[in-house]
Amino acid sequence: MEDKAIYTENLTKRFGNFTAVDQISFEVEKGEIFGFLGANGAGKTTAMRMLCGLSHPTSGKGNVAGFDIAREPEKVKQNIGYMSQKFSLYEDLKVWENLRLFGGIYGMKSKEIAVKTDEVLQELELERERETLVKSLPLGWKQKLSFSVSIFHEPKVVFLDEPTGGVDPVTRRQFWELIYQAAERGITVFVTTHYMDEAEYCNRVSIMVDGKIEALDTPKNLRQQFEVSTMDDVFQQLARRATRKAD
Amino acid sequence: MKQFRSFVRKEYYHIFRDKRTMLILLAMPIVQILLFGFAITTEVKDVKVAVFDPSKDASTQRIKERINTSEYFTIAEELTNIDQINDIFKYGKINLVIVFSENFAENLLHTGEAKVQLIADGTDPNQASTLTGYVSGILGSYQQELMEQYQVPFQIIPETRMLYNPQLKSAYNFVPGVMGLILMLICAMMTSIAIVREKETGTMEVLLSSPMKPIYIILAKAVPYFTLSIVNLITILLLSVFVLGVPVSGSLFWLAILSLLFVFVALALGLFISTLVNTQMAAMLASGMGLMMPIMLLSGMMFPIESMPPVLQWVSAIVPARWYIEAVKKIMIQGVELQYIAKELVIIGVMAISLIMLALSKFKTRLS
Amino acid sequence: MLKFLIEKEFKQIVRNTFLPKIIIMMPVMMMLVLPWAANQEVKDVRLSIVDNDHSVYSERLVNKIIAGGYFKLTDVSASNPEAMRSIESGKADIILEIQDEFDKSLINEGVARVMISANSVNSTKGGLGSSYLSAILADYATELREEGGQAVVTAVEVPSFGVMPQYKFNPHLDYKVFMVPALMVTLLTMLCGFLPALNIVGEKEAGTIEQINVTPVKKLVFVLAKLIPYWVIGFAVLTVAIGLGALVYGIYPVGNLLTIFLFATIYILVVSGMGLVISNYSDTMQQAMFVMFFFMMILLLMSGLFTPTTSMPEWAKTITVFNPLKYFIQVMRLVYLKGSTFFEMIPQFLALCGFALALNTWAVVSYRKSQ
Repeated sequence: MEDKAIYTENLTKRFGNFTAVDQISFEVEKGEIFGFLGANGAGKTTAMRMLCGLSHPTSGKGNVAGFDIAREPEKVKQNIGYMSQKFSLYEDLKVWENLRLFGGIYGMKSKEIAVKTDEVLQELELERERETLVKSLPLGWKQKLSFSVSIFHEPKVVFLDEPTGGVDPVTRRQFWELIYQAAERGITVFVTTHYMDEAEYCNRVSIMVDGKIEALDTPKNLRQQFEVSTMDDVFQQLARRATRKAD
Repeated sequence: MKQFRSFVRKEYYHIFRDKRTMLILLAMPIVQILLFGFAITTEVKDVKVAVFDPSKDASTQRIKERINTSEYFTIAEELTNIDQINDIFKYGKINLVIVFSENFAENLLHTGEAKVQLIADGTDPNQASTLTGYVSGILGSYQQELMEQYQVPFQIIPETRMLYNPQLKSAYNFVPGVMGLILMLICAMMTSIAIVREKETGTMEVLLSSPMKPIYIILAKAVPYFTLSIVNLITILLLSVFVLGVPVSGSLFWLAILSLLFVFVALALGLFISTLVNTQMAAMLASGMGLMMPIMLLSGMMFPIESMPPVLQWVSAIVPARWYIEAVKKIMIQGVELQYIAKELVIIGVMAISLIMLALSKFKTRLS
Repeated sequence: MLKFLIEKEFKQIVRNTFLPKIIIMMPVMMMLVLPWAANQEVKDVRLSIVDNDHSVYSERLVNKIIAGGYFKLTDVSASNPEAMRSIESGKADIILEIQDEFDKSLINEGVARVMISANSVNSTKGGLGSSYLSAILADYATELREEGGQAVVTAVEVPSFGVMPQYKFNPHLDYKVFMVPALMVTLLTMLCGFLPALNIVGEKEAGTIEQINVTPVKKLVFVLAKLIPYWVIGFAVLTVAIGLGALVYGIYPVGNLLTIFLFATIYILVVSGMGLVISNYSDTMQQAMFVMFFFMMILLLMSGLFTPTTSMPEWAKTITVFNPLKYFIQVMRLVYLKGSTFFEMIPQFLALCGFALALNTWAVVSYRKSQ
């Protein structure tokens, strides 16, 4: 199992009587782009927070980048990147300062950070905004910056929680190009999304309904299995089974 | 009206949901009254003093007995050497040393050269002068007795009456202060924060786009804090009467009217602050610094206004709490008639009206 | 790692629209305004005199009282009820009523009585005012006796003794000398206590704490990064305050300045740690602010800042054992007024170290990176 980027076994999280994540088991290969789909309230974010070491599992096992999420959450954190659903960089810091801060937290040297910052800003075409306070950037740029911060230290796995929410279609395209570039460098990408066209870009997708994983395969196989033509239809069929109310 | 009620209900939800803040708002007056009533005291009671007595004769013995048996002092230490005084003060347990001159009784009767030196630790000037004052009083009455005994001519005997507060309890002075502080805190600080929070989260826009008139939205915000301050006011009065034994000697009706007027001033101030700032933090700090500090310092609650330099005395005149506290002292504790607090009532009334007008006009210009 | 986090904290503080203003304004305001206001000295007690005697003796007495400068004569009323009205309307604090035939009883019987009625709602004022007035009366009597003594020829000996008060460390009983060192403590407490209290919870509200929690940053490092900036600010502010105290009021510590800074080093950690603990447990800034305000108020009132802790009842004294402010205020006053050395204040030092250790450990433990 050590060669997997992520694997879980009956991973469960309960809040009181409510089971947010119900015994999910899956594996993600190294370098894979793994789509983690589900309706609002299906338990995606909770599952992801457990994998990132932000939330303790109630039961079951999980392993990310070779470390146990329950026993060695800090080691997991050393090897992952995370981009939250809600924008969470420091708005009162400049673009380069955010990169420098997070680079520094992951133990990069000042020089290393400076070189990497130039590279990243060039890639994102954000060079002119280097000195801009993050709060005055448009949303699309913020999201791209957020992503760059999450992979700045070249983690083994990056978790993206609805990275393209509220972003225009052109920027979404650009965003996925960035994801592909990261995957090519060998970073495993674990992404949740609402956009079913984005699901098609993933190597494999899983679909969560009411805290359980109801389907897991390549987009192509899933379409065949459900005998429909788009991922959207696959999703609709599964989502209809949901009994839990969206939050 | 139905709309208005639902708005008010919403405001109540906001307050009751945050249990911790709620608890603090209700506990604050209780804790303050208890602290001010019992712990924050300048009363002199069983204070430990040291004595240096090289004479050790009948007179010094008499004096020491008197000091020791008074409810104010206990003689904790008899020094054998005058040089011990500095050390004893550094240690901090004893703040006053009474030093008798040599051959006290002898000199007392014949030469008139007998002397008692009161050496006080002057670090706390208030405490130092109070302590020396009390000891001087005891010594004075001893002297008086001697004179009566020896039928000395030209004696003036003062008969002292302490009006309103014969036991000299500090609480009498603090209770009105706490009332001013709490009412201001709850009405002004909370109202301003509540309004600014809606601005910060953007929900103010939503509220303002509703068919409700802006003035009602603001009123709805004020109602819960108004209620809360009434609850606090009643708590304070009950505690002060039944726990501290501070009486309500005057008219309860006028005390209530006075307090209501003051609450209006506080609400208007809160509204005014909310039009000046944009973040909760700024609102908190502005009302904390701009209201709490002046009340604690310039209202006469802790420090007498007459002792301040003229500039600060003028500044204190625009602190509404100063007038409120003054009036509460008169009507509640001294039990005077209405005419004696007319001045304060008028000042607070004028303040209330002008602040409400100012805040509302400011609020309207911000809307348009 | 720590370096980057501290850098970030400083940048955030400097860029905040409000904080730098507060950090500069507070010490200046507090050191320039407060010492003038925070004065419990009883001055200008307003006296209403009811002179029913109108003799040379009573007039001399009135003149003597006014000449003393301590009392301000508001009116000479015709009757007691009139004087009472002055008290009720707040125009006068004390009434001195001189009885009819004051001079006759003084000369013929050797004893005359006067009546002092003091408004004692403010007990300090009432108590001190009336005891000063009694002292003036006694003085006046002695004066009369000395004059009379020459005329009448001393038939009887007068048993008398002098009372001389003397004040150590603060001979002129200057209230500022008492307040200024303690106000420095208040200043540090407010700045280095409130600002950290708003800090972590502020990151919670902004959501940025999530991005930090998912990094391998150590809890201790994160908390240290929050502490150190306030530590630096605290030092700067204390230096400014000590400078202002010396320049404006001419108040210097009798003892060693280094001792003050040594204690401040520990003390700032204590209050910042307390702020961080509250911040960790709060969900919103408003909540943090209120909880902090609540505890701060109790701690300040029970610190001996305004009223001596020694005159508190036993239960209150027990509470003050757990009040870090009390120890630092004691230290400041000891060093400023009495020139105490470090070795004389080891109990305070140990107490403060204990608080610093306990509160900051608590701050690290209560900061949760995961639920």
